[in-house]
Amino acid sequence: MRGSRDPLGLLALPGVAFLGVAFLVPLMLLLWSSIRGVDGFTWLGYWRVLGDEYYRGVILASLHLGLITTLGAFILGYPAAFALARAKGYWQVVLFALIFLPLTVSIIVKSFGWGIVLRRDGILNWLMLNLGLIERPVRMIFTEGALYAGMINVFLPFMVLPVYSVVRMMDARLPDAAATLGASPWFSFTRVTLPLSLPGVVAGASLVFSLSVAAYVTPSLLMGDRYMTMSMVMAKAFLNLRDWQLGAAMAAVMLAVAAIIVVGASLLQRMLGGR
Amino acid sequence: MQRLGIGIAWTALILTILFLLLPIVVVIPVSFTESSVFRFPPEGFSLQWYQRIRNVDGLLSALGLSAQIAALATLISLFLGTLCAIALVRGAVPGAAAITTFMVSPLMLPGLVFGIAMLQALRMVGFSDAWSSLLIAHVVVTLPFVMRTVLGSLSLFDFGMVDAARTLGCSYPAALWRVLVPNILPGFISGALFAFIASFDNYPVSIFLVDVRTKTLPIQLLNYLEISPDPTLAAVSTCLIVLTILVLILCDRMVGLRRMASI
Repeated sequence: MRGSRDPLGLLALPGVAFLGVAFLVPLMLLLWSSIRGVDGFTWLGYWRVLGDEYYRGVILASLHLGLITTLGAFILGYPAAFALARAKGYWQVVLFALIFLPLTVSIIVKSFGWGIVLRRDGILNWLMLNLGLIERPVRMIFTEGALYAGMINVFLPFMVLPVYSVVRMMDARLPDAAATLGASPWFSFTRVTLPLSLPGVVAGASLVFSLSVAAYVTPSLLMGDRYMTMSMVMAKAFLNLRDWQLGAAMAAVMLAVAAIIVVGASLLQRMLGGR
Repeated sequence: MQRLGIGIAWTALILTILFLLLPIVVVIPVSFTESSVFRFPPEGFSLQWYQRIRNVDGLLSALGLSAQIAALATLISLFLGTLCAIALVRGAVPGAAAITTFMVSPLMLPGLVFGIAMLQALRMVGFSDAWSSLLIAHVVVTLPFVMRTVLGSLSLFDFGMVDAARTLGCSYPAALWRVLVPNILPGFISGALFAFIASFDNYPVSIFLVDVRTKTLPIQLLNYLEISPDPTLAAVSTCLIVLTILVLILCDRMVGLRRMASI
């Protein structure tokens, strides 16, 4: 039995102390400054964010963007993860590397490349013109569709990888077993495969949603001021307007959204694990 | 019907890979173009944009700064994170689960929120050195990656093997070096890789901490993109992509990619 004075436990101290000073304290100070007025405590910052139609719209737009991104990543990434998990031998390594590589490429490079793809004289217009699909170049950049596609492009691997790691652990013979017992393929998918893969889906969806709700670089490069998100309002409040109260209140809203996602996802996982 | 499912899965995987690679692959031909716009298909062939990289003000120094900060932040995180992981796995730490959650929590926080919090806190104490601020903030950004991977591989490790090695005649340090280290090395390397990338590629935290003379690469690139968008950016991007692929191949040889990402 180890006593509570175990010297090994003390090794945790430097790391915990560092994170306490460099992470927790600044965060608490930020929350404090969101409720600090000229003469004491005030809800003014929150009232300005939550009571204003414009800022409420911004919050909804961010959630909307996160939802679309998560949905798109799920529709494409869920079946892709199955194929990846069932690929054989060397192929799996190659396919895996191709999914993994974009994750390590700078987000600025990707957003920049996305711009080249979507420009009026870019690759997509060129391709569609030559295939005879369109007669003259279509404007795609700075449209909402382009934003959604760019966001899904950046965050898709975060959906594929968690689902892949769950599916890989599943017994590949389960659908056959269900079929032997007389289940139709649809029945065996909805009753066997899908429920077993749900932990991966929850992990992937919560990751994609929390990353895309808070995304800053991709929306500001692909849409600029035309699609204001919480991150952009916050950055603007601090960097341009020097309006600390507004920025801090917006930051607190984002913090709350992040906390709800984390708590909600872990509750869901517990429910799934407890069945 | 089952065939249909398999067909859908493979189609989705191929589409996913093409879609993911598209914005990365297109910058490569653009970097060799002769004209100064990103027209597609690119016209002619030249290396002028690669030569321009050296002449663009602040680009190389930003690259140096980013590499420096990322390397230092990763090293500090490896040190702090490994100590903490050993304590959490081997020591009797009260509230170990809560501490683990706390140590990886910066991962869940939007980068902008932390960047602003950091800026405000540093201003309150009157600290204004951009380089040190960046380093401190980037250690916070990188620490969760190291914690997760090192903690994962340590908790999978059977410490009975160290005792077994000692029974077989190894000294304690030799047992640690020959049994423990090879087993947790993959976690170490993948943690370090993720940490380095997270720091090197960080924009939302750094944007609040840089000053005129101290700018990291993502900030400088985005700046350049806004001021004079020309294929120099494609050339820089191509260099970064090639560098990334080399590092990934190296890591694959040392650890195995799938093992790295599975943690």
